[in-house]
Amino acid sequence: MALNDTDLLSQAGSAENIMTFDDIEPILEARDLSVSYGTKMAISNVAIQIPKNSVVSLIGPSGCGKSTLLRCFNRMNDLISSATVRGSVNFAGQDIYAPAVDPTEIRFRIGMVFQRPNPFPKSIYENVAFGPKINGMTDDLDAVVENSLRRAAVWDEVKDRLGDSGLSVSGGQQQRICIARALAVNPEVVLMDEPASALDPISTQAIEQLIQELSSEVTIVIVTHNMQQATRISDYAAVMMAGEERVGRLIEYGTNDQVFGNPKDARTEAYVTGRIG
Amino acid sequence: MKERRNIISKGRQEFDRDLGRLEAELILMSGLVEKAIFNALTALKNRDLARSRRVIDEDDSVDEAEVEIEKSCIELIRRQAPMAGDLRRIIASLQVASELERIGDYAEGIAKISITMGNQPPLKELIDIPRMGDMAVNMLKRALEAFISRDASSVRALNVSLEKDDDAVDDLYAKVQADLMALVKSNPDNAERATYLMWVAHNVERVADRAMNIVERARYQATGEVGN
Repeated sequence: MALNDTDLLSQAGSAENIMTFDDIEPILEARDLSVSYGTKMAISNVAIQIPKNSVVSLIGPSGCGKSTLLRCFNRMNDLISSATVRGSVNFAGQDIYAPAVDPTEIRFRIGMVFQRPNPFPKSIYENVAFGPKINGMTDDLDAVVENSLRRAAVWDEVKDRLGDSGLSVSGGQQQRICIARALAVNPEVVLMDEPASALDPISTQAIEQLIQELSSEVTIVIVTHNMQQATRISDYAAVMMAGEERVGRLIEYGTNDQVFGNPKDARTEAYVTGRIG
Repeated sequence: MKERRNIISKGRQEFDRDLGRLEAELILMSGLVEKAIFNALTALKNRDLARSRRVIDEDDSVDEAEVEIEKSCIELIRRQAPMAGDLRRIIASLQVASELERIGDYAEGIAKISITMGNQPPLKELIDIPRMGDMAVNMLKRALEAFISRDASSVRALNVSLEKDDDAVDDLYAKVQADLMALVKSNPDNAERATYLMWVAHNVERVADRAMNIVERARYQATGEVGN
């Protein structure tokens, strides 16, 4: 196959290369999902199921629409004025794009962690307590903060300085505080956009371990450029690719064994072996 | 965007060159062991003890070739963190090198038996054992060709054909065993020389089995399928 062939790169993956789950109900399911920024289409006709309590990696070359797809899962694209979303995203049996749905509530249930740690310029305690407070939770706030910081594997490192600024700790700790902040409202899904790409190897390892531990209770969808990381932490990998017209499409979705060991789509093989991208 | 896609990175080109070198090392190693089997059996047939000793000495080069291939594979895994087809290619190369090293040991084993036999003539004229040897070496050559092709349909087709050859080698092995046992029964003094030839035949039969293992590695490399 000529890998620079415009038509091939622009094609969606064939259906048999995209895993579906017959026996389990997916916690998230995108159908015919397309996103445009103004007149420019960013992703087209994405159909993907995310099984509950799994870790799913979104991989693909820069500009293929991974982050756009990720942001669709909790309506973060609503915050971009030029963005238009078509299709549906079902979450726990409900289309999150239905008119009656409150996007803020969706974002509590489907949290997000970004590439650069972004603690608020408040104390560590206030950062973690922020979501529960907005939700009207005032009882046992201390316990919620402690529990969330413990789940994010950062409690022991910050427990004696909860009043210090969230910005006063290391980058790796800041990122885990942001994860604690997302966990504090007990989300069912956490979306992560390259959460370890700005961190050193030790902090990266801590985040990866944390992701694996969390996956027994929370579903995680993660965008990563680090393929070794994807193989280490995820159960499934989804590969996106954009052709010359730069519209991202899902071309393959399967177990890690399939995507990184024996891809079905030649473009996946070319991407994971560094021939394109 | 277009330009970036069309240019394969220098790093990737270098990786491809290294994979090409690894393949060349395997081809050379395979040549060494094919020659070793041929020489070991020819030396046995011709009672050429000097040639048998050379086979034993030259097994060191086979062992060294395996070590070099192993080092290359470890280095490539460390440096490139390979994925998909690259990973399968490197893992399969490691496995094939190990199979070839064992085949080299069978050649050395035959040469050692030949030396132990000293100046005694073989118990019977050597016809079936060299035939087994020719078939086994031919299987090895074709198995390596399939490995180099990295093509699933070639590997599958060859697997079917080599299974037949492997059966034929097994049948000849059974015939050699039966003939030798008959000679022992007719005269127990034949026992020692019959045992020598029995071991030679066993070694040759194992070469064919190892060739089948290489086809299995070729199948893994081409398809990702593991096991039978």
